[in-house]
Amino acid sequence: MEPILKVENLVKRYTKRNLVGVPQEFLALDSVSFTVSAGATLAIVGESGSGKSTVASCIACLETPTGGNLWFEGKNLAHAAENELRNLRPQIQLIFPDPASSLNPRWTILDIVAEPLVVQGKLSRSERMTRAFSLLERVGLSAEIAERPASELSGGQRQRLAIARALTLQPKILILDEALSALDCSVQAQIATLLIELQSSLGMTFLFISHDLAMAAYLADEIAVMSRGQIVEHGPAVKILQTPASEATRQLLAAVPQLSHAPQPAAQR
Amino acid sequence: MMRYLFRRLSHASLLVFGVSLLAFLFTTLAPGDYFDEMRLNPQIAPEALVALRAQYQLDRPLPLRYFSWLNSVLHGQMGFSFSYNSPVAPLLLVRAKNTLLLTITATLLAWVIALPLGIWSAERLGRFPDRLISVSTAVLLVIPDLVLALGLLVLAVRTGWFPTGGMASVDFASISPVHKIRDLAFHMTLPVAALVLSALPLLVRHVRAAVAEVLHAPFLLAAEGHGIPRGTLLLRYVLPAAANPLLSLFGFSIGALLSGSLLIEVVMSWPGLGPFLLEAILARDIYIVIGGVLFSTIFLAAGNFLADILLYWIDPRIRTENASR
Amino acid sequence: MSGEILGVLGESGSGKSTLAASVLRLLPPNGEISGGAVLFEGNNLLQADYQELRQIRGGRISLIFQEPSLALHPTIRVGEQVRQVLAAHQSSAKKELAERTREIFNRLFPEDADRIARSYPHQLSGGQRQRALIAQAIACNPAIVIADEPTAALDPVTQAEILAVFRSLREVLGLSMIFITHNPALLSGFADRILILYAGQVVEWGPANSVLQSPRHPYTRALFESLPPAPADSGKNRKQMLLVIPGSSSPTSLPRKGCSFEPRCPLKMDVCREFEPPLVKLGETHILSCFKYQ
Repeated sequence: MEPILKVENLVKRYTKRNLVGVPQEFLALDSVSFTVSAGATLAIVGESGSGKSTVASCIACLETPTGGNLWFEGKNLAHAAENELRNLRPQIQLIFPDPASSLNPRWTILDIVAEPLVVQGKLSRSERMTRAFSLLERVGLSAEIAERPASELSGGQRQRLAIARALTLQPKILILDEALSALDCSVQAQIATLLIELQSSLGMTFLFISHDLAMAAYLADEIAVMSRGQIVEHGPAVKILQTPASEATRQLLAAVPQLSHAPQPAAQR
Repeated sequence: MMRYLFRRLSHASLLVFGVSLLAFLFTTLAPGDYFDEMRLNPQIAPEALVALRAQYQLDRPLPLRYFSWLNSVLHGQMGFSFSYNSPVAPLLLVRAKNTLLLTITATLLAWVIALPLGIWSAERLGRFPDRLISVSTAVLLVIPDLVLALGLLVLAVRTGWFPTGGMASVDFASISPVHKIRDLAFHMTLPVAALVLSALPLLVRHVRAAVAEVLHAPFLLAAEGHGIPRGTLLLRYVLPAAANPLLSLFGFSIGALLSGSLLIEVVMSWPGLGPFLLEAILARDIYIVIGGVLFSTIFLAAGNFLADILLYWIDPRIRTENASR
Repeated sequence: MSGEILGVLGESGSGKSTLAASVLRLLPPNGEISGGAVLFEGNNLLQADYQELRQIRGGRISLIFQEPSLALHPTIRVGEQVRQVLAAHQSSAKKELAERTREIFNRLFPEDADRIARSYPHQLSGGQRQRALIAQAIACNPAIVIADEPTAALDPVTQAEILAVFRSLREVLGLSMIFITHNPALLSGFADRILILYAGQVVEWGPANSVLQSPRHPYTRALFESLPPAPADSGKNRKQMLLVIPGSSSPTSLPRKGCSFEPRCPLKMDVCREFEPPLVKLGETHILSCFKYQ
């Protein structure tokens, strides 16, 4: 089956200009390639600075790659014209790491969810409201709090809101850039369960970017390990975790804090 | 660092140059000139006026006049005054000195009062002392400078404690040096008071806002948690962190040294730049006017430049931000 | 206990940061300590006067705040910030203070200590800032260091490094610690005793092994089961649902009757709503607060 997303030799270079001297170049992505099948979850893991967030930005069309190709459903995002990109962007949505700063705290929850529809301008006001309410319900936010400002939400609730907003335009791919990292453990479980449920009912493709290997392992079918702008390992999750081939992967595995016992299965009560 | 300063300096120079051009254009293009008054005098023949105008180069084309004025500036004369029959520069300098005497004193005093008041207010944010200060500054802000000055004059007249104008008593030349200083101080009190009162509200509010923001910052709580004593906290933690907006304001204070007191000087008959410029404007003694504007602009630009230097020196984040640009 | 690491486990709203700040009476202006006692070296800190308190803060008990990027002064070099802590508690000469500062930096930054001491916070990475905070905390050789989520903002590799730093400080300096976190996995193999906080109350505490391996309180059990399985085990029960605790632990505005976990507890009984649960002992040192185990 044709993959929904194909990243081919993606290169991203940042240039830092000083007042004097040669501009310094920083190679964030060094020829990165991978594919993602529709309906699957790919986790991209790596330490800070490995380039995983840069990959996310490029795929979400927030940054233009310096080189390489980004095939999404047969169209090349890296070389697309602005008006083409405008149509394609809604299909790839990004959830940011920090729930506190990625949402405008003064807007009401309803407004935040409905905003993409307002911008798109295709639905009437009542249609927008209906859709917004159904989305909120989908992510587990009750209708009662819909008129409250976003500042009153807890971290977990904000991420739910971010997910609701991302779902508004019915994207095909959802990129979660460290979306769970700022949350408490039990809240992470809640959001992870929500994501699994959404994926099975909506058939979405997830790109889960994280440095939390345990959660990535739990959610993903495949894992790609990045280090210093390159993918050092890529394969089925189970295989990578049980038989890591590269040093970077081993380091990440070793750094994962674990409870010293296996968790008791939920059935035993 | 040098690149940053050089950039700022070139901006400032461009500003001064631009203002000089505009000032020149506006004053010379305005209808009428110095000799218009004389036209009304039937005893002076029209040919004499034409000759006078030619002598003072008032009939030459504008660009030529501008360049010859520039030339004069570079030679330190800044044009020629018709009324005083002398180069403009020395006249301006004398008057500017008097103005600066007033404004420097007032600025220093205002800051010395505003800082503790603002800090005190910020520490008690929302409580009674803070509200009291807020209301007082609001009232002061609303009262026009003119009314303030006049009010002080009324005070002087009614109580006789302070002289009602001027810079020196009639017998100034003949009294002893110590008495000279006392005399000067008495004459300065009212104008300085007026200036301080009009500048205070803005300063106090800014200090209060800047300090209040820092007082609730996590790093301050952390420092308190390390047992840093209160005095050190205030001087070395709070003030440096609150410095950014305050330094910009300080630069503005410096910039206004020559221009902020014009009104008060006129009302209180202080022989500074204010009354001098007013007189010159009314008499169409254009080179004095242009010279005065240029002087003020230079101060303004210097004030901003000083603020930039201080900011660069105090805030390391600005330094690295500029390095990476 | 001296030389021990006490792990305090709590999620948002559990009151863990408030607890940490309360020990040193560093609450915001609208906070008030209305009861209880904090006993340290024979004195109740809640009754200490300002001078005593100031000496203890940083000198005998240090607090490492969350968010290293915010807890450091933005325009003072980190070396100077550490030196200030020293100067606040010791009246030594300038040279000695400088010497001690260098010593501390060398301990925490095996390479590049001088360059880092001269840097400003915004020039350092997250891990380096965290170490700078630790430097401030241990500068005066305190008896206890309270660390509030010291690794929350860091990636796992740096996290592991910081934990190693804490371990070595305990070995070398005999430092006692209160380590506050929301991630139970961090305390495994690290803490000696663990205390679980929920909605402002202690629900379970005891020796680390006991609490981690046989948790009893319904909240503790649910929390541990909501963690994703270890990566190495993930092949065994893939996509098995993580236990989700329904509802949320938003801070309550009024002190409620009964057990604070009752609304979300899978084992709740009627009595849980009415009365505060008693303390139950499992073995000598493992204690919890629940009706179920009475």
